[in-house]
Amino acid sequence: MNNDKLIIGGHEFNSRFILGSGKYSMKLIEAAVKDAGAEIITLAVRRANTKEQENILDYIPEGITLLPNTSGARNAEEAVRIARLARELGCGNFVKIEIMRDSKYLLPDNQETIKATEILANEGFVVMPYMYPDLNVARDLVNAGAASVMPLASPIGSNKGLATKEFIQILIDEIDVPIIVDAGIGRPSQACEAMEMGAAAIMANTALATAGDLPMMASAFKNAIEAGRKAYLSGLGRVLTRGASASDPLTGFLRD
Amino acid sequence: MENQFFVDSEHLSADALNKKHRLENEPSFRTNHMEYMNGMEIIESDVCSKVIEHMKSYDYNKYTATDVKAALEHEVCTIEDFKALLSPSAKPFLEQMAQKARLETSKHFGNTVYLFTPLYIANYCENYCVYCGFNCYNHIKRMKLSMEQIEKEMEVIADSGMEEILILTGESRTKSDVKYIGEACKLARKYFRMVGLEIYPVNTDEYKYLHECGADYITVFQETYDSDKYETLHLFGYKRVWPYRFDAQERALMGGMRGVAFSALLGLSDFRKDALASALHVYYLQRKYPHAEMSLSCPRLRPIINNDKINPLDVGESELCQVLCAYRIFLPYVGITVSSRESAEFRNGIVKIAATKVSAGVSTGIGDHDSKYNGAETDEVQGDEQFEIDDNRSLNKMYEDMADEGLQPVLNDYLYLLGEYNETV
Repeated sequence: MNNDKLIIGGHEFNSRFILGSGKYSMKLIEAAVKDAGAEIITLAVRRANTKEQENILDYIPEGITLLPNTSGARNAEEAVRIARLARELGCGNFVKIEIMRDSKYLLPDNQETIKATEILANEGFVVMPYMYPDLNVARDLVNAGAASVMPLASPIGSNKGLATKEFIQILIDEIDVPIIVDAGIGRPSQACEAMEMGAAAIMANTALATAGDLPMMASAFKNAIEAGRKAYLSGLGRVLTRGASASDPLTGFLRD
Repeated sequence: MENQFFVDSEHLSADALNKKHRLENEPSFRTNHMEYMNGMEIIESDVCSKVIEHMKSYDYNKYTATDVKAALEHEVCTIEDFKALLSPSAKPFLEQMAQKARLETSKHFGNTVYLFTPLYIANYCENYCVYCGFNCYNHIKRMKLSMEQIEKEMEVIADSGMEEILILTGESRTKSDVKYIGEACKLARKYFRMVGLEIYPVNTDEYKYLHECGADYITVFQETYDSDKYETLHLFGYKRVWPYRFDAQERALMGGMRGVAFSALLGLSDFRKDALASALHVYYLQRKYPHAEMSLSCPRLRPIINNDKINPLDVGESELCQVLCAYRIFLPYVGITVSSRESAEFRNGIVKIAATKVSAGVSTGIGDHDSKYNGAETDEVQGDEQFEIDDNRSLNKMYEDMADEGLQPVLNDYLYLLGEYNETV
């Protein structure tokens, strides 16, 4: 387990919990780092682009990798501009692409996301695109230079869990970069289930932000993600999701 | 009880008084409020007819407690459910509505609350809207700030820490033309992250120009969606044209604005029908422009200079709360702004249920920020206020109070992206 690192764009991480950025508070960031063990924290560039009082950048602890996102972008061009702005603000080379043309469900625009991924990967960004789980799109994203692919489990903020489970499983099976399940994970048990399926990491925000006891929920997520990861590595994930394999071979009766 | 809106000023000439009285008393003396005036752009849109059809057929007395309970149990709030939640039968369920609204708010906005401040740069007005302090027959101190004065005001506001500003004018195309407002937006871009406008409705190309000057959000209040009632309240001027005002948000989006805000002024007409129409205006425009950001306000009538008796009639705080909870449950993704017309206690409570944005450090007068913020003594003329505010908390006080309520105050969540994004889907 100790050697089980999450590797994104050549960078190694021990934690498989990533804090999303939709709702933020200083308490949330503290709980995510201390109790959930997060090493990557998403940051909405539009909110970081602030003057003084509550610059979220001031609250990110040392040693944490910032993952600026392009929320607010409505097309590839805007996403590219926001990513470049993030780099200028000193947020590093990671970028999570979020492109939404829908203010109601905040569903990602896959086509524009592919375009932005290609441009930003060529500019040296470690690109982590948020997407609606579609195998062809995932392949295009990888070909465009994505360092990971981040399919949504269900609409953002909905806490509805793995509504797209079957399609995420296909991505996990077919795509060679880390599949990070993003959006819609409402409970630790859902995070655990995604990890058992073979997801590389979980991104969550609302589930923590709206919990009664933030630190306790953060720690519950940490345990759930670790449990799911262990289950996956042990091979149990396959049993759970694909049906048991018999201990005696079914074809043992064959005589030749 | 009805509001008594008509007040005669001793400063009006005999001719002016005569015209005012004829406007008030002779419907035939008034222009056709459904007819566009010269220069007003007409767009193809079916949003208005959809909204008005629902409003006209809305019989809120037919909804029962059973309908309200069903609405509260449904995962997705339909238009029928929303109508039940706005009905008188929902009043006993206010606490349950608040609980559900709070859950929806937290799913979409967490515990954040956005802060902004309005800046009135001129109070000249060419309209006779009988309830408004800026109306052209009301005797008040008129003023239009110069660019130097606007910049001074903006410096004072920016120094307080504010990052989002809403620029307002009275509705006078001649005194405060689009160019003047555009120049004010360019100045605002220097001091603020986010610039909104609440001005008279303009054409698509003018919205495009204002967007290029730095504005990104357009607020237009329809006042009342009942056009017959509207006609009796907006007696004279461009604002009298009801359909041109209705389509303002759509023209703003066609002009490239990122977001638009809507409202009826509660207390002018049947508030349940107006609340229904306001929300459906958002609902149908969102379906047509799914990328756009939308928000709702919920102002109630307030006293004005020279008429301190104006009040919101049957829209008490409970009714206002019911409307806001119903808005939130029906439209979980929209911003809801509660202005300083409401008391500090009401605003502290409602931000924990449904509201996502409050103003702070508010003045509805002209050119008085330095004296109000810094206590600066001034010989300079100041313009009178549009209406009396209730909650006069400063930004710092509001920030602290919101944090004390367990909320995370946010001053900016915005990037201005002047783009070619002008797509309608």
